[in-house]
Amino acid sequence: MNEPEQSIILLYLILVGVLLTAAGLIWLERRLLGLWQDRYGPNRAGRFGSLQVAADMIKIFTKEDWIPPFADKPVFVIAPAIIVITTLLSFAVIPFAPEIEIVNLNIGLLFFLAMSSLSVYSVALAGWASNNKYSLLGGLRAAAQMLGYEVFMGLSLAGVIMLAGSFNLREIVEAQRNVWFFIPQFPGFVIFVIAGLAETRRIPFDLPEAENELIAGFHTEYSGMKFGMFFVGEYMGVTLISALIATLFFGGWMGPLLPPLCWMIIKTFIFICGFILVRASLPRLRYDQLLSFGWKLMLPLALLNVVVTGAIILAAS
Amino acid sequence: MIESYVPILVTFLVATFIGSAIIVLSTVLAKRNPTPIKLMPYECGMDPIGGARQRFSVRFFIIGMLFIVFDIELIFLFPWAKIFNQLIPFGFIEMLLFVLVLLVGLVYVWKKGALEWE
Repeated sequence: MNEPEQSIILLYLILVGVLLTAAGLIWLERRLLGLWQDRYGPNRAGRFGSLQVAADMIKIFTKEDWIPPFADKPVFVIAPAIIVITTLLSFAVIPFAPEIEIVNLNIGLLFFLAMSSLSVYSVALAGWASNNKYSLLGGLRAAAQMLGYEVFMGLSLAGVIMLAGSFNLREIVEAQRNVWFFIPQFPGFVIFVIAGLAETRRIPFDLPEAENELIAGFHTEYSGMKFGMFFVGEYMGVTLISALIATLFFGGWMGPLLPPLCWMIIKTFIFICGFILVRASLPRLRYDQLLSFGWKLMLPLALLNVVVTGAIILAAS
Repeated sequence: MIESYVPILVTFLVATFIGSAIIVLSTVLAKRNPTPIKLMPYECGMDPIGGARQRFSVRFFIIGMLFIVFDIELIFLFPWAKIFNQLIPFGFIEMLLFVLVLLVGLVYVWKKGALEWE
């Protein structure tokens, strides 16, 4: 995979694949929510509503693309692009199979953490630039939530790094040849999933856009495709976190019989469905609950996980 | 070393292109029909009172400072975790003390009530 042409084709394939997955999730999520909540979900456009994505795309592209006259225009326009760009960039370091990844970075995990920190700018700036009280509150909530959950997301990964001895995602996958990390790192896995839910701002952590308190939170003033980009960004975030859970805790591309890429896709898909199941079944937290849950429970737990992992490795050597 | 970041740069350019293409496309395709009521900030149909650029108290500043403290802790922890295998047993005890100091800090902040959201 050293020839530039091949790498560039691969890059396009991965990015287009990610965008298509995100678009497909619009349909899949509503379908699965319908299934789990005992209602129909989209079933009119095409067989089983499968053309719903196309219908939504046409609708959302031709909707009035409204930029409020009172908003901070450049920031208002750039904000939705930031989430799409940072999330797409994060996919650059994920190894989908031994030969299929955009770049084999030796600090891959740190790169992912950096990009996920940057994506909060999208929401915070959108909330601020809209110059609407609800948006501002949504943006502030998003920022405070990120600050809290960022920390133990990183901490939960320290155990994985200790076991693998590397930040390189490919080496982390290779290190799971004997045992997948979700067994020795089960607390880390749980903490990472919770932090991932908060990172993608989904129920039960969707305080920044809590419909019944803040209308639509940070994207109250957004319409048309700019609104759609926040949604695409959210679905790409779900795909990204699912792919990372598969990579870090469930052996990535490893598995019997099927080709590596198949295993990676299957594992990612299972976690995406898990994310949707969480949305279908849990209520939204209250804001003070969210913060005390993060700072008072998850943070000490994540620290404890690092210490215990260290002690076990020490005892084993 | 720096060459390994070239694909990141290319990905960034492609991602930026995708992001701006979506914005441009929606600007071209969408129609516009502004009315005076549409041009008001949306507040559930009420006429907005004052703008959003007002000062109000957020318990946000303390959370921000806490974040910096613990994020810097992470910066120390990550290199330590990477070479943990070469540091045992001394590195483990050292990090235990470091984590302990931070935990004491967390307990202090907790008892002071900085983590309560009013």
